[in-house]
Amino acid sequence: MTQSAAQPPGGAEPVAPTPARLPPALAMRSITKQFPGVLANDHIDLDVRPGEIHALLGENGAGKSTLMNILYGLVQPDEGEVLIDDEVVRITGPANAIARGIGMVHQHFMLVPVFTVTENIVLGDETMANPVVLDTKKADGQIRALAAQFGFQIDPGARVGDLSVGIQQRVEILKALYRGARILILDEPTAVLTPQETVEIFAVLRRLAAEGTSIVFISHKLYEVLAIADRITVIRRGRVVGEADPKTATEEDLAEMMVGREVSLTVEKGPATPGNVVLAVDGLTVADDRRSVVVQDCSFEVRAGEILGIAGVAGNGQAELVEAIVGLRRAASGSTDLAGTDVTNHSVRELTERGLAYIPGDRQRFGLVLSYPVDDNLILTDYYKQPYSRFGVLNERAISARAEELIPAFDIRTPSATVSASTLSGGNQQKVIVAREFSRDVTLLVADQPTRGLDVGSIEFIHKQIVAKRDAGAAVLLVSAELDEIMELSDRIAVMYRGRLVATLDAAGAEKERVGLIMATGQAGGPDEESAA
Amino acid sequence: MTEASAPAGGGMGGMSVNATALVGSGGGWRQQLVGTAIAVVLGLVVGALLILLSSALSEEGFDPRLPFTAYGALLEGSLGSIRGIGNTLNATTPLILTGLSVAFAFRAGLFNIGAGGQFYVGAFVAAVVGAWIGLPFPLLLLLALFMGFIGGGAWGFIPGALKAWRGAHEVVVTIMLNSIAALGLNLLASTWFKDPAASFPRTPDVHPEAVLPILVEGTKMHAGIIVALIAAVVVWFVLFKSTLGFEIRTTGANPNAARYAGIRPAFITVLTMSIAGGLAGLAGAVEILGITKNYPAEYNSTYGFDGIAVALLGRVHPFGVVGAALLFGILRSGAGAMQRATNIPIDIIFIVQGSIILFVAAEPFLRKSFRSRRRKTPHAAAPAGSAA
Amino acid sequence: MSAVTAAVPKGRVRISRGWAITLGVTLGLLALLVVLGYGPAIVDLVEWFIEFLLTRPYIILGFAVPIAYGALCGLMNERSGVVNVGIEGMILSSAFTGFLVAAYLHPVIGDVPAALVGVLVAVLTSMLLSALHAWLSITVMADQIISGTVINIIAIGATAYFNQLLISTSDVTGAPTMQGLGLPEGLADVPIIGPLLNAVFGQGPIQTSLIFAVIFMQFMLFRSRWGLRTRAVGEHPKAADTVGINVIRTRYRNVILGGAFAGLAGAYLTLESVGSFQDQMTAGVGFIALAALIFGRYTPFGALGAALLFGGARTLGQAVQIDAPPGQIGEWIASWPAQIFGMFPYILTIVVLAGVVGKAIPPAADGIPYDKEAN
Repeated sequence: MTQSAAQPPGGAEPVAPTPARLPPALAMRSITKQFPGVLANDHIDLDVRPGEIHALLGENGAGKSTLMNILYGLVQPDEGEVLIDDEVVRITGPANAIARGIGMVHQHFMLVPVFTVTENIVLGDETMANPVVLDTKKADGQIRALAAQFGFQIDPGARVGDLSVGIQQRVEILKALYRGARILILDEPTAVLTPQETVEIFAVLRRLAAEGTSIVFISHKLYEVLAIADRITVIRRGRVVGEADPKTATEEDLAEMMVGREVSLTVEKGPATPGNVVLAVDGLTVADDRRSVVVQDCSFEVRAGEILGIAGVAGNGQAELVEAIVGLRRAASGSTDLAGTDVTNHSVRELTERGLAYIPGDRQRFGLVLSYPVDDNLILTDYYKQPYSRFGVLNERAISARAEELIPAFDIRTPSATVSASTLSGGNQQKVIVAREFSRDVTLLVADQPTRGLDVGSIEFIHKQIVAKRDAGAAVLLVSAELDEIMELSDRIAVMYRGRLVATLDAAGAEKERVGLIMATGQAGGPDEESAA
Repeated sequence: MTEASAPAGGGMGGMSVNATALVGSGGGWRQQLVGTAIAVVLGLVVGALLILLSSALSEEGFDPRLPFTAYGALLEGSLGSIRGIGNTLNATTPLILTGLSVAFAFRAGLFNIGAGGQFYVGAFVAAVVGAWIGLPFPLLLLLALFMGFIGGGAWGFIPGALKAWRGAHEVVVTIMLNSIAALGLNLLASTWFKDPAASFPRTPDVHPEAVLPILVEGTKMHAGIIVALIAAVVVWFVLFKSTLGFEIRTTGANPNAARYAGIRPAFITVLTMSIAGGLAGLAGAVEILGITKNYPAEYNSTYGFDGIAVALLGRVHPFGVVGAALLFGILRSGAGAMQRATNIPIDIIFIVQGSIILFVAAEPFLRKSFRSRRRKTPHAAAPAGSAA
Repeated sequence: MSAVTAAVPKGRVRISRGWAITLGVTLGLLALLVVLGYGPAIVDLVEWFIEFLLTRPYIILGFAVPIAYGALCGLMNERSGVVNVGIEGMILSSAFTGFLVAAYLHPVIGDVPAALVGVLVAVLTSMLLSALHAWLSITVMADQIISGTVINIIAIGATAYFNQLLISTSDVTGAPTMQGLGLPEGLADVPIIGPLLNAVFGQGPIQTSLIFAVIFMQFMLFRSRWGLRTRAVGEHPKAADTVGINVIRTRYRNVILGGAFAGLAGAYLTLESVGSFQDQMTAGVGFIALAALIFGRYTPFGALGAALLFGGARTLGQAVQIDAPPGQIGEWIASWPAQIFGMFPYILTIVVLAGVVGKAIPPAADGIPYDKEAN
């Protein structure tokens, strides 16, 4: 799905970058780091000017995070040096990095959910009333002031676990600013944000840059990188493959640099021919582990031969909805019908026997037993059936035979069928799950974040498999936080917001911005002044 | 049938046992055997050091050969004669069974510290059945053994149920139940089930038809060892060759994936704890029917607790458990001879036992640091991939 | 993390169905008994019980001391993210070493100095065992329950062994017990307050110090920098690491310091409560301490409350034996065999753990070893 970088989101005027003749605020020269089995960084050079937003672009596993971990002192480089304001420095650990003015906002927030905003921000650098006791009130005031300086409000006494993801991210940024960060590293900051929240955070970043803070923005999202960055450095397999100028580069250019070959950003997909209703969900209400209602009265249908994609920012109840449909979580009320039979709150096994295939969102949690060998994982849901098991005894030969069949058929790269699944890469682990689930007679395929954290090759493979299942007549329910994936694969799109399905539309005419807006506001009727913070 | 989502945060979160961590993902069983052997040797060394210490403190003066004399006496007493071997096997038998109990539970991710209480309950039930019911041999014996299994199973069912349905962690619940069992059975044996003619409070002797037969003339070696070995084979088969065993191991390795595989964790928890309780109860029954022939009100036995050490040393595997139980059986039966010969208190074997487990627990770490030191030398064999 | 309804407010106890049912059943039973004519018997019983509460706080607190100190040890461990089931072994070992040292020393240097040295040795013993537990749990990253169990096994064996070797066979008579300063004349007789003051200040120093230790720990845990960092390490060690807090060192320090509390518990048993040592004299107090910690929602005040509850249950059992409650119901209770009362604390613990009285949520990273390299 191509879009030119027509207009930066948020409509703010682009800030002119500082002239190139000023010395770089940050320079990393020839950084090299070897981990067992993989050369994460291979003589990488990077320099960032003061007041510049510099994007670091690359696929998962390209080495961006390692590089930043080195900068933040979490990891020591094998070779190379880091210069701050043209002076070579040795960063021995996070405390040292902070002291040098480097702040990092991690992709997975480093916030303690049971602590307040203040407690999280001052942790490690606490405001003290005396050598022992904290001065919470003073800290509260300082934080309020700091937030106001950058144009947003924050309640210092709020419990972080109760806050929305967008606000949590601001807490993380405040954490860095509180410590006087002049170089701010943001690792995949927009991964969990709605388009609206992305607009807001970009505004904050521009303001910071205008005040002279250097920002390193790690991402694999081409559209955003083109929108926010002043310069782009592309990394592939631990090496810098080149720089790009956002004013002239296109998404295709960047994608090609990232993966090294022509990549089609759309999947080959013919039109859908929907048949009978396979999955009918009616009025489903589900609570999470803390007994709060997270899915409220959801109703929708999926027909054979179509893909319904549920879009939504992670945390709006999708995970619980999927778990309830699949049988892993109790539905408080409502019903689920599979091919005409009521299966509400029935066991998982009954559903799989009726033709359910499930790709779980957390593959290591629900999809695999990592300590088991690959062959046991391949029959994980079928172990009790003939021929794998007879009269309560396992038939090991049948299990091995099955593995011999499935491993080549699904291109699972593994030295043997008996190695433990933990030794496989993420992509291959997902292929094991796909092999197991797809080799059943599939009536309904439920795929939750099926390509999260995977490399481009595996993503292509799995997308193809999903479309093939659709074409073979299965009904497909796709849930993904990646709006691009939803837009690419779905025949119909539904949007989930705060536990409700707020809109259902045909994919054919849908615009990405419109879907994103619905995701952010919950208003299906069109743009609205109110924005969710 | 409803799939309940797992109770969140009840009891002590994070206190679940990772059975695979115990078994170790690093190295095949040969490597583990070496590691275990080293741990045993180190534990014996600790014992030897303590013996030297006691020698230094004693009035007879320092005798550097005392550890050898002591261990020699221990081996002589436990293996040096048919009688000794008989006693050793008698000591090994309940250890195999309680070790199986704990290991079986570990495989499902459960920590059965309650083997002691289950042991007592099984012992008591067997004592009562054997004393009050009239049946010919071998029916009465088999019935008493079976009821001992059931009794222990019931005592294991309670923590299993509490964990499955209330999220109560089995570690503290079973420890509490151990004390409740001891006190409650004490009460029963002193009152309603008391033998009026006995000189101290206990149940009446069991009928001769319930006694485990002696295997070898002239020894006290009873048929319990056969029961224990059969149990070990059965447990092995169930765990590794049966569908139920697959379900149990999967639940222990990854309870969430197990749920997706259609396994009901609550059911597995309750069933596993019950079977584990039954095995420990069987151990108690064997002790009563083979050794004591009645249940004393103040019965105090450490076999339950030792089962934990045996399970850990045996790497949570039924055959490993048999080996570990034999080792501890040797220590236990020889300790008396050692005390007689050298005046060293028998409690030293508990220290040896604990030290062995300590070294077993520390083993992956020690192996890693040992290996990284060896890498500095040029001819060290570097294994492909990283250690465990 | 859900964007929907608010989460459970911090620290709040959820009044569960369990409480409601328990209360309802109890009231129903009482009503039934009154109807059946046992009214006066109930009144007698209640009077006796109140009298019991007013005259025995020092005994209740006495039983609570090892539990509460054990719970404080557990608190230091669990709040930092380390599970410790070895508290039992630590208390036992400390009880022994403190006793051993004091018993040998008191003919030489006098009662009070010997007792003080004994306390010191007891504290050091538990701190040493805690260091072992810390090493196994934090550096070796062995399963923390196994580590604690190892300590328990070794403690039982070692104390029995050295007891046999060094005490039972020698002519050691016994250790001195520490007495408190005592209250001024007549103060103990003041209604209601008197017995309470007596309980806290009229007994030995360890018992006296308990209430202050609890207040101190409560304050430190929630108002001090140390407390904030400790809780961060227990809830989200990676977050703490990224702001420069040394997770490993914090955990080591807290676990070892926590051992000091277990040492005081042990010292109390042999140097303040009775002046002798028996094999396995702790009888599960370390595990009851863990239960008290959970019951008390992992806070010092809560743990003390739970410890008092458990101590009260045990005292009740004793009191019934010594001074039978009057009335029909009272006499019936007095006829219960001693073992029933002995079981009270254990049954109560199970009831608590079964969540009948609400669930406590432990620190999020409890029991999970911190691996810097892990992502």
